[in-house]
Amino acid sequence: MIAFSFYLFSICVLVGGFFTVVSRQPVHSVLWLILAFLSSAGLFVLLGAEFVAMLMIIVYVGAVMVLFLFVVMMLDVDFAELKAEMAKYMPLALVIALVLLMQFFLAFGAWDANSAAETLRGNVTPADIPNTNALGMILYDKYFLLFQLSGLILLVAMIGAIVLTMRHRTDIKRQNILTQIYRDPAKSMELKDVKPGQGV
Amino acid sequence: MASFFSDTYLGIALVIIGQILLVLLPLLVAQAFIMLAERKIWAAVQLRRGPNVVGAFGLLQSFADFLKYIVKEVVFPAGADRFVFILAPIISAVMALVAWAVIPFGENLVVANINVAILYVLAISSMEVYGVIMGGWASNSKYPFLGSLRSAAQMISYEVSIGLIIIGVIISSGSMNFGHIVDAQKGSYGLFSWYWLPHFPMLFLFFISALAETNRPPFDLPEAESELVAGYQVEYSSTPFVLFFLGELVAMTLMCALVSLLFFGGWLSPVPGLPDGLLWMLLKMVIVFFCFSMVKAITPRYRYDQLMRLGWKVFLPMSLVWVVFVAFAAKFDWLWGTYARWAVGG
Repeated sequence: MIAFSFYLFSICVLVGGFFTVVSRQPVHSVLWLILAFLSSAGLFVLLGAEFVAMLMIIVYVGAVMVLFLFVVMMLDVDFAELKAEMAKYMPLALVIALVLLMQFFLAFGAWDANSAAETLRGNVTPADIPNTNALGMILYDKYFLLFQLSGLILLVAMIGAIVLTMRHRTDIKRQNILTQIYRDPAKSMELKDVKPGQGV
Repeated sequence: MASFFSDTYLGIALVIIGQILLVLLPLLVAQAFIMLAERKIWAAVQLRRGPNVVGAFGLLQSFADFLKYIVKEVVFPAGADRFVFILAPIISAVMALVAWAVIPFGENLVVANINVAILYVLAISSMEVYGVIMGGWASNSKYPFLGSLRSAAQMISYEVSIGLIIIGVIISSGSMNFGHIVDAQKGSYGLFSWYWLPHFPMLFLFFISALAETNRPPFDLPEAESELVAGYQVEYSSTPFVLFFLGELVAMTLMCALVSLLFFGGWLSPVPGLPDGLLWMLLKMVIVFFCFSMVKAITPRYRYDQLMRLGWKVFLPMSLVWVVFVAFAAKFDWLWGTYARWAVGG
């Protein structure tokens, strides 16, 4: 059963990845990529890493891909022009791909895993505690400082991005909720007693 | 016979399918009556009778509506992306239904009792937004597209605060499993040991965020029948429309279940001494659902900028501060350990 699920998810990842690249319609590409992410979350579940799997879905599928989809839907990209551009650089791209492939072969050909590492990989989490707790122990007990530092770096990056893109426009009308809430009916409204046949 | 169901693949598959049907069929039938109850409640508030023609007291009204929808013609807009156009409502309905796999209705009455149940629900509900975006985009028309952008932004905004509120509850109970969360609310004071009391302000934030997340009034900007066209559903008719509608209704019911599990002790009985059970869970869901309907009946619609402001500038900071508070309270055992229940219950 596990083998069947593994092959199902793996095939889905590969198919999703393949169609992400070859799709002509960018929105379809994003949708295929979502399939790839979902299937890889399934692979994590098979590995027994359910926390990572759920985070994968929440972060990548639920947040990152939504932003991607937003951008891709709004952009009006001329794909014929883009394709022509791509054809121009194709030889160079092929050379780079070939070099990378050779490097991978060299790296993995000489791969020699330590037998101790192999047993460590066998039980990532202790069997008796849920792997959410195990992850928490690693992140917040063992590598607390490193984890907080990486958080700090992300915070700085976020503030930087906000500062770079923030501009305060003065030529638009803004809603000020507080003044709207504190409007006084007595001042903004007036009741007139209209006499019949006379008007205001 | 017993070994057939526990040892062979076919047997296990049959058992799982049976469990799924046991949850889904009552759920889907219940949606018909939930829709009817909702219309009756609005009608009562507005001093009308509501549906009362089909069946006794209009009991069969939803089934008649359903029949009417599915026998209509499916209209594809010109230039629509047919595959995505059909896929969108299916995603919207399936995602709403799939989340019920981890919702327990009683002690061990759950299809999949997994460790990360809450995360699973969050993950699934974060994918519901794709139904909306894809529906709007695939219609190949300006209004659905704008509508889908509007509602996607809304759903994403309120997911954040819902997530943070849930983190507070998780800290308090030390587990992401619904069973453990409910167990942690067990206590000798009946309904006063449930989380609504220590997490009181968050109950309201969660309720309001749930309204916004499921596109319910007063946050029904996605549809807004009276002043905007019906958002991403403009081009949908017949069965696809029913699927969107069903997805929304099931998601709302899921929120009812979440509120009663996280804050009102799920299947625990409110009075010490009475037996716990499925009925309490259903009763709590019905009460929460009644509140949802009443909100629709008595509140005017929000403006879009107010909605965004509420989500990002009010709810997000408040729930963030609350998470920090709960973390400290749980760590240092403030208020006689009210916030650290992982040692008390499960």
